[in-house]
Amino acid sequence: MQIDWQALGTVLGVTLAVTIGLVGVFTLGIVGLAKRESGTDGAAVSGGSAVLTRTGAYACFALCAAAVAYGIFLIVA
Amino acid sequence: MEHITLLIGIVIVTALVFDFTNGFHDTANAMATTISTGALKPKTAVAMSAVLNLLGAFLSVEVAKTISGGIIDESAGIRPEVIFAGLVGAIVWNMLTWLAGLPSSSSHALFGGLIGATLVSVGAHGVNGDKVVMKVLIPALAAPVVAGLAAMLATKLTYRIGRNSDPKATAKGYRAGQIASAGLVSLAHGTNDAQKTMGVITLALITGGVVAPHADPPMWVIVSAGTAIALGTYLGGWRIIRTMGKGLTDIEAPQGFAAQTGAAATILASSHLGFALSTTQVCSGSVMGSGVGRKGAVVRWSTAGRMVAAWGLTLPAAGLVAAGAALLADQGTWGIAGVAVLALAACTAIWLASRRKPIDHSNVNELPVESQGAVTAAIAAVSPPPAGPVAPLAATIPAPAAVASPADAAPATA
Repeated sequence: MQIDWQALGTVLGVTLAVTIGLVGVFTLGIVGLAKRESGTDGAAVSGGSAVLTRTGAYACFALCAAAVAYGIFLIVA
Repeated sequence: MEHITLLIGIVIVTALVFDFTNGFHDTANAMATTISTGALKPKTAVAMSAVLNLLGAFLSVEVAKTISGGIIDESAGIRPEVIFAGLVGAIVWNMLTWLAGLPSSSSHALFGGLIGATLVSVGAHGVNGDKVVMKVLIPALAAPVVAGLAAMLATKLTYRIGRNSDPKATAKGYRAGQIASAGLVSLAHGTNDAQKTMGVITLALITGGVVAPHADPPMWVIVSAGTAIALGTYLGGWRIIRTMGKGLTDIEAPQGFAAQTGAAATILASSHLGFALSTTQVCSGSVMGSGVGRKGAVVRWSTAGRMVAAWGLTLPAAGLVAAGAALLADQGTWGIAGVAVLALAACTAIWLASRRKPIDHSNVNELPVESQGAVTAAIAAVSPPPAGPVAPLAATIPAPAAVASPADAAPATA
C-alpha cells in the first residue's frame, strides 16, 4: 500500500493557489466597484483614476469568469 | 430492455432510491452557505441546484464503468442480490444521517454498503483492502484539511482586502460570486454522483445479462438517474443544509464566497489530478475553514465533532446494514422480499421521526439547538428525537440548556 503523497501535495498546492488567487482577484474587483459606487474612501476620486479603478475591477471579474469557464470545461471534458 | 427479471427491476428501483437520497443528502454541499447568507432564497437555491445536477448528469461522456473504482472486485461473482443489499445499507445510513442532520458522504455509504454485502456474499477476496485505504480513508482525512486550509486563507484575504469598503456596496458582488461557485459545485456533483448510480444500474444489467459487459449505460438509465438525483436535490435536505449553513459556524457573505470557491477549487483540482476527494467532506471542511478564518466567528466544534464521528461511522455502519441485508437476501426470494420490506419500514420510520421536528425551507436558517454531546452521533442518529411540538419555539431561545450542564457538573466534582 502506497500513499500518493505527490498527487496529494499537488492537489493541496493547486487548490490553495486557485482559491486564494480567485478570491483575492474577485475581492479586488468588488472593492474597486464599491469605491466607485459609494465614494466613501476619503478624498473625492478624480475622473482619471475612477476610470482606471473601474477598468481594473472589470478586468478582475473577467479573469474570474474565465476561471469559471475553465471549471465548466474541466467538468464537461 | 427485453426480459429484465424481477430481481434486476428491484435493484434498479433501489438504485434510483439511493440516487434520490444522494440528491437530498448533498444539496447542502452546494447550497448551504448560499442559503444561510441569503444570497439566494432557499427554494430558488435548491431549484437551481436541481437543474444543474440534472444538466451535470448528461454532460459527461466519461461513464462510470466501475461503480466502486476497484474497491470491490466486480468480477469475483457479484450478483444482483449483493448490489441490492449494498444499496439498502447505503440508503438506510443516508436516511439516518439525514435525520440527525449530519452531512456524511453518500459515496462512502455506497462503498461501505457494497463492501459489507460483498464480504458476506462473496468473501474477503472480493474486497481490495488497499483500495479502501487509498480511496476512502486517506481522502476522508485529507479533504477537510485541504479545503479548510484554502477556505481559511481565502477568508482572511478577502476580509483584509475589503476591510475599508462599505459592506453594503460589496454585498452584491459577494452574492454573485457565491452563486457562481455554488453552481460549479452543483454541476460537478451531478456529473460525479449521478454517474455512480448509472454505473450501479448498468452493472446490475450486465450481471443479469441484459446488457453486454463494458457497455455504456442505455439512455433510459441516464435519464432516470439524472431525474432521481435532481428530484432529491429539489426536495432539499433541509436538515443538513441547516447544519452546514448555520450549525457549524455563523457565515457572512464573504465567508460563504470564500468557502464555496475553496470547495469548487478543491473538487475540481482533486478530481482532475488523480486524488479524488469526497464532495461532502470538502464542503464541510471549507465551511469550517471559513469559520476559523474570520476574526470573531464561532466554530461549533461539538457539531463538527459529531459530523466527523458520522464520517468515521459511515463506511462500517452502511457495511453492517448491508451485510445483514446480504445475509437475508442470500436466502432466496423470500429473503429479498424481507430485505425490501424491512428497508421500506426503516425508511418510513425515519421519515415519521423526522416529521416530529420538521425542518424545511421556512425554518432552515434558524439556529439549531445544541442538545447532544460530542460523542453521541450514533445514538442521536438512532434514537427518535424528543417528542412534542417544541421545535419551533426552541429556535428563538438561544440554548440556555448548554450553560446549565457545567453548573450541574460542578457540585459533583467539589
